[in-house]
Amino acid sequence: MKTAVVVFPGTNCEHDVMWALKVLGAEAELVWHRETDLSEFDGVILPGGFAHGDHLRTGAIARFSPVMDEVIRMAKEGKPVLGICNGFQILCEAGLLPGALLQNRDLKFICKPIHVAITATDSILTRAAEVGQILSIPLNSYEGNYQAQEDVSDRVVAVYCDENGLVDESTNPNGSQGNAAAVSNATGNVAGIMPHPERAIEAILGSSDGQILLKSFQESLGVVHV
Amino acid sequence: MKVTVYVRRRPEIADPQGTAVSRALADLGYGQAKVRINKEIVLEMPDASRDEVEAKVTEMCEVLLANPVMDDFEIRIDG
Repeated sequence: MKTAVVVFPGTNCEHDVMWALKVLGAEAELVWHRETDLSEFDGVILPGGFAHGDHLRTGAIARFSPVMDEVIRMAKEGKPVLGICNGFQILCEAGLLPGALLQNRDLKFICKPIHVAITATDSILTRAAEVGQILSIPLNSYEGNYQAQEDVSDRVVAVYCDENGLVDESTNPNGSQGNAAAVSNATGNVAGIMPHPERAIEAILGSSDGQILLKSFQESLGVVHV
Repeated sequence: MKVTVYVRRRPEIADPQGTAVSRALADLGYGQAKVRINKEIVLEMPDASRDEVEAKVTEMCEVLLANPVMDDFEIRIDG
């Protein structure tokens, strides 16, 4: 089972993701955004960064990179597709996930460890976790304020909270609707998360809580979700 | 010909930038003012009929220039 880790011009978390997958013993390969054939891969991750400089809107130009036709194909085939941070923004722009990510409520670039609570396990991001499980992972974004026009409460798979699991406005770092930190599509095979599980992968990084999320992704490879 | 596209976040969607500027104006003693900050995109395009240009720019907005989830857009064609 092999995962493609897509590199757009401006992506900067691809090596963190590669390292995290290596720690988990997973096979992965970096793929340039001009690649038009991902048929040898079982899943794909869009890592964080500033693809195409985030010009116009985050993810708006990356969404038309040549590799995206293959990412959309894989999503439609039920294969695991995960977007982290900027990758999450790209998946929203591509219409593979509902909603959009706006500037943080307080117009601050947030870079700190935060807590999230798992709210659903029917996604490639959370299948190995338990509902109510609280994870400490770093948030690192300016446009992390998740908003959707429709009711997406049943698509949210993780919410911002404090270390005790309290979910309210005081534990909402960026203004996201319903404290949403991660969402999936209706079939659970496409997921996006704003904080960075790949940066909480070993105790030396301050937390290894992100492992369960990437382990979920890894365990989803080869399982078709339709 | 010159085409101007105005991209505006829908009124029901929060505009954190506008809110921050509104607060700054109040702090400066200008009183209360609701502020929304929008985008203006100016295109220089080869001359064509207004209908053709309008159709083309509408498509550009739907595909790339505006995000259907959160933005409305308006097109102004000069000349």
